[in-house]
Amino acid sequence: MASSGVTNILIVGVGGQGTILASRILSSLAQQEGHDVKVSEIHGMAQRGGSVVTQVRMGKKVFSPLIAEGQADIILSFERLEALRWMQYLKNGGTMIINDQAIEPVPVLLGLQEYPGNIIDRIRSRIPDTIAIDALALARKCGNDKASNVVLMGVLARKMGFAKEKCIRSLEEKVPVKFLELNKQAFEEGWNAEI
Amino acid sequence: MKELLTGNEAIARGAYESGVTVAAAYPGTPSTEILENLVRYPGVYAQWSPNEKVALEVGAGAAIGGARTLVTMKHVGVNVAADPLFTLAYTGINGGFVLVSADDPGMHSSQNEQDNRAYAKFAKVPVLEPSSSQECKDMVGLALEISEQFDTPVMLRTTTRIAHSQGFVELGERTGEHTKAYVKNAQKYVMIPAHARGRHVVVEERRKKLQAYVETCPVNRVEWGDRGIGVITSGVVYDYVKEVAPGVSILKLGITFPLPEQLIREFAAEVKELYVIEELEPFMEEQIRVMGLEPVGKKIFPRIGEVSQKMIAEKLLSVTQFKDLIDKSVLVPGVEAEKDVQIPVRPPVMCPGCPHRGLFYILNQLKMTVMGDIGCYTLGSLPPLEAMDTCICMGASIGSALGMEKAHPEMHGRVVSVIGDSTFLHSGITGLLDIAYNKGATTTIILDNSTTAMTGHQDHPATGRTLSKEPTGKVDLAALVRALGIKRVAAADPFDLDQLKKIVEEEAAANEPSVIIVKRPCALLIKQANLPYTIEPETCINCKKCMKLGCPALSAGADSVAVNSALCTGCALCAQLCPSGALKKEGEVIG
Repeated sequence: MASSGVTNILIVGVGGQGTILASRILSSLAQQEGHDVKVSEIHGMAQRGGSVVTQVRMGKKVFSPLIAEGQADIILSFERLEALRWMQYLKNGGTMIINDQAIEPVPVLLGLQEYPGNIIDRIRSRIPDTIAIDALALARKCGNDKASNVVLMGVLARKMGFAKEKCIRSLEEKVPVKFLELNKQAFEEGWNAEI
Repeated sequence: MKELLTGNEAIARGAYESGVTVAAAYPGTPSTEILENLVRYPGVYAQWSPNEKVALEVGAGAAIGGARTLVTMKHVGVNVAADPLFTLAYTGINGGFVLVSADDPGMHSSQNEQDNRAYAKFAKVPVLEPSSSQECKDMVGLALEISEQFDTPVMLRTTTRIAHSQGFVELGERTGEHTKAYVKNAQKYVMIPAHARGRHVVVEERRKKLQAYVETCPVNRVEWGDRGIGVITSGVVYDYVKEVAPGVSILKLGITFPLPEQLIREFAAEVKELYVIEELEPFMEEQIRVMGLEPVGKKIFPRIGEVSQKMIAEKLLSVTQFKDLIDKSVLVPGVEAEKDVQIPVRPPVMCPGCPHRGLFYILNQLKMTVMGDIGCYTLGSLPPLEAMDTCICMGASIGSALGMEKAHPEMHGRVVSVIGDSTFLHSGITGLLDIAYNKGATTTIILDNSTTAMTGHQDHPATGRTLSKEPTGKVDLAALVRALGIKRVAAADPFDLDQLKKIVEEEAAANEPSVIIVKRPCALLIKQANLPYTIEPETCINCKKCMKLGCPALSAGADSVAVNSALCTGCALCAQLCPSGALKKEGEVIG
């Protein structure tokens, strides 16, 4: 918790990775805890494979929907390069959770720029509390790559100390029935992941 | 009951609860979700109009008829709708009329960042600015009441951070659903000069009455704190001020036109330092300066982009005598940014299988001058396609192609315009009419992906479905352009590069105007994709011709190109460019 009593979580990734569902589950959890919540998303142009960011703030009273640079308690990054891009939003002593997956942006695909190497090590050298996890592999285990987002939510929810039954309730609330079993399984994978 | 809603969801809820029965809009970020949510409520008729002007006119008719009405659009949409707005301000309404203008400071998804509060002052209608989702809901109700009490259209102005942020909203019941009787009143509603002269007098009287009203209305309020610093603010900036300077005195203005002069004077007299903090234009500041007060505003805050908590702390600390009132924790630096490696940018891109890609590849190859328009296809301006010369506003491609042709007759055959189906119906039709009328010879290419893709796949008059997903008539684009006077109308498949290139060359070279309708549905609407392609690395000669497509499913390697089969939709453009036959449909024999 920040000095203001507000916890700031920045969720970053690539358009189409399901960051918005993750933020909806997280805000539902905060709601169950009786917190005030503000969530900020960006829609439109940026969704077409661009770098996306969702901000979730929870606490007794939250005014601003935005997290100031250097004030995030946790960054949940759905992709390695995005973790590097947004790293400076984390406060010193904060937690970085990274999905150990690379999605190459167009300049890299075209061979014009290089995808940086050793990203996890670079980040860990600055952020001692860095958790890297192969959420894609765990989602695949459940039978659907797209469930990576909920695997990551499992990691985050456990790290933040939410009760598991509340997490399940939030999943039931936010995930369409058709995908609920898959996502419950994915959540378990994240929750139980060795980190 | 409390629910976590975005500002847009809350506006829809507010319209429902306040008895709105008619709503119209054209989609535009960050306003689109208002009508998408509103249409789900019972007792509300909501529709997509072909453009914002028509939407506002539909709203005007409904409100004059006595219905409570909501019309929504993005900031630049109000430019399109300005004509009826300015005169509706003269006629006044009957049932309450609220225009939502969703502004986009920072241009997250827009071509400019105009501050639409200026329209309110210009049209002499009140403007409300919510600071939270709860206020979004409440202010729709208040705006409707003001509209009916003062017989005026009312603007509700949001910004991206309000429209797309979620906060708790207390839900209520629907009340106030009572469409008033319509009574013919030509002097009020027929704006011939003789009537309009009389109405302008009414508008000025109304402005004075509103001026008195805003002095005591509940959404303009003082939150007294330390009287060293007094901040006048509105919208999302209020939230930022509460975060970084919780102890200062704040005059929170829910209505920013007209301003409560007396309230502002009283507030200013009580505080030692007076600030106006607002994004974009010095809209409140200029009005306050006219009162003879001298607040600090744009002298330290920018007119460009968004304001942030950090910026407010830094700027106030740079000038104030009361530094203790600023929470400096926002300035404590966090983790140091990575400086040793270059972080590649990640711009938005056309999706794998996007039907626009093939056309822009061809236009690039043919070195055409391409007058562009607003939609996903504007991404065709970025590398490696780079096949767009201009993008100004909705519909501008066609008229500007004619202008370019008239300025440079020698460029005949090399100037084309590109425009999406939804954008063409929005405001491209009149441009094409101009080409036919004034004997242009440029080629207009309609990229028909059968939806309004950029804003999230909304229906329009050529999709055959309404906002409420009911089947409806479907405009025939080819017949429409023929009716405008275009005789050369060709159809092309964007997945057949040879045929597409041939047609573009032929039509551009013709000595009369032509239209090419390039038709394929948006890749995101296709549920069952084709089999993906794979590459045989031994056969690939690494010429990278396929890489010129800028497809996210292809990546350059040291020895050969690679295909990401999870992303590939099997559109086969890359295979058509491959000189060595290395790209094959999965399952086909390779070799």
